[in-house]
Amino acid sequence: MKILVCISKSPDTTSKIAFTEGNTKFDENGVQYIVNPYDEWYALVRALEIKETSGGNVTIITVGAAADEAVIRKALAIGADDAVRIDADPTDAYFTAAQIAAYAKANNFDLVLTGKETINYNGSQVAGMIAEELDVPFISLATKLDVNGATLRLEQEIVGGLQVVEANLPLVVSCAKGMAEQRIPNMRGIMAARTKPLQVVAPIAVDAFTAYESYTLPEAKKAVKLIDPNNMDELVNLLHTEAKVI
Amino acid sequence: MKTLVYINGNHAMSKASFEAVTYAKKLGGDVTVVSSGSADLSKLGEYGASKVMVDKSLENGDAQQITRLVAAASEAIGAEVIVFSHDLVAKAVAPRLSVRLKAGLISGAIALPDTSNGFSVKVNVFSGKAFGSVSVKTAVKIISLLPNSIQPEVTGAPCAVEEFNGNVGSPAIKVIETKIPEGNIPLPEAELVVSAGRGMKGPENWGMIEDLANALGAATACSRPVADIGWRPHHEHVGQTGVAIRPNLYIAVGISGAIQHLAGVNGSKVIVVVNTDTEAPFFKAADYGIVGDAFEVIPKLTEAVKKFKAAH
Repeated sequence: MKILVCISKSPDTTSKIAFTEGNTKFDENGVQYIVNPYDEWYALVRALEIKETSGGNVTIITVGAAADEAVIRKALAIGADDAVRIDADPTDAYFTAAQIAAYAKANNFDLVLTGKETINYNGSQVAGMIAEELDVPFISLATKLDVNGATLRLEQEIVGGLQVVEANLPLVVSCAKGMAEQRIPNMRGIMAARTKPLQVVAPIAVDAFTAYESYTLPEAKKAVKLIDPNNMDELVNLLHTEAKVI
Repeated sequence: MKTLVYINGNHAMSKASFEAVTYAKKLGGDVTVVSSGSADLSKLGEYGASKVMVDKSLENGDAQQITRLVAAASEAIGAEVIVFSHDLVAKAVAPRLSVRLKAGLISGAIALPDTSNGFSVKVNVFSGKAFGSVSVKTAVKIISLLPNSIQPEVTGAPCAVEEFNGNVGSPAIKVIETKIPEGNIPLPEAELVVSAGRGMKGPENWGMIEDLANALGAATACSRPVADIGWRPHHEHVGQTGVAIRPNLYIAVGISGAIQHLAGVNGSKVIVVVNTDTEAPFFKAADYGIVGDAFEVIPKLTEAVKKFKAAH
């Protein structure tokens, strides 16, 4: 099976979030970029597990600048065969999805995997957009994926619970918790990643649908009001009269 | 202006649906609802819909079928804005629809659009640590609204329901089994949430958390370690890798407040933290804090809530 795993870079989960240029750009000063955790822990690791049991090939793809190759090498160290970087600024979800879909179509991938969302933009858009571009089914927020020939059996989150579904390849799947466990790359993987093929592909011409105009930070929280543990009536009273939530 | 709202037929009479219709009404134009299945959706007129178009031939439908249905309805009425409630159906359907209609999608909107200079909408970004303003460049716009972002408002009377054929085709995804626990409020829609962590020492001690939740009419949630060890089901796990929620009240019991947990709850309007450790980082994110033993504090809080409920 030919599997394409879409990865995005995201700031380390402990990064300080700040903005610059009149709050129009994310402040990258001192920020460590990682592979978006959902792309890495769930999509990439499950793709590798499928390859290990059923054979095939795992390719990583990202849309980004040359500086993002450090993040691609991190993903390769975990164990993909090769990687593709579409050489463009991923301006919005549609632009990104159109680039990946064009590459996936030209290279006949059977299965396209993504994380459920990125931890920086949280849009949950790219996977569904790739599926529509390719005109193939899309399973969102899958927590389990088993291969049975050309048919896949998956479990996915639905409103208020889970459902078990079957679908045929080709298919696009976004992966959520439960799909696989995080793998820590070993030294051999890190060394091997340096020489794995990384192809740079020119973008196709397409216009973004949306743009981030500006950012704001939430107002700083006021200091916590401490309540006497023996006076829960006071807490209930404050929740009613001051906070007005009950 | 013509606005179309997609309502999930299996979940139509929910607060999230009423919020989506109210939001559409507040955009100022004529509001049409499109849905599928057999539920009676005339009540959505009370929140501002002037009519409901329903495809009765489609009971559940996969994302491709629902995309075709919404696209057909959008074309039929000439929609300029399409509104979804940002639930798991919207996450599968709205991106497809965006590509199909060449319409920019804003996911996770938390406010009405600002049209003073173009069309931009406020959303949560960086896992709730910041807000972004996203502009849409396309003629048709799709907005997927985060639950608990606006209050539903009754402004009218029940509306007409018309049958509509969305020419949805056949499903490409076969549903084998559905597992939905009975009687649960889906966490993202809950207004009040009681959540607990490892400080509870074991799953056998969750009775007092459930008692407090029942007294308040709240949903229950948990931290990641608790779901990972299997004390509580995974769908209760809130945080960066679990569900992100923004209830009016979030009560965190025996949860230290790691940054990954806060990322899932920092949109909550009011946070109450109960912890024995005065140094727990969660106190910095809390509005009200109780330094004390949950096993003593929670039963007292439950009694206080019951007393309050009896008096009001």
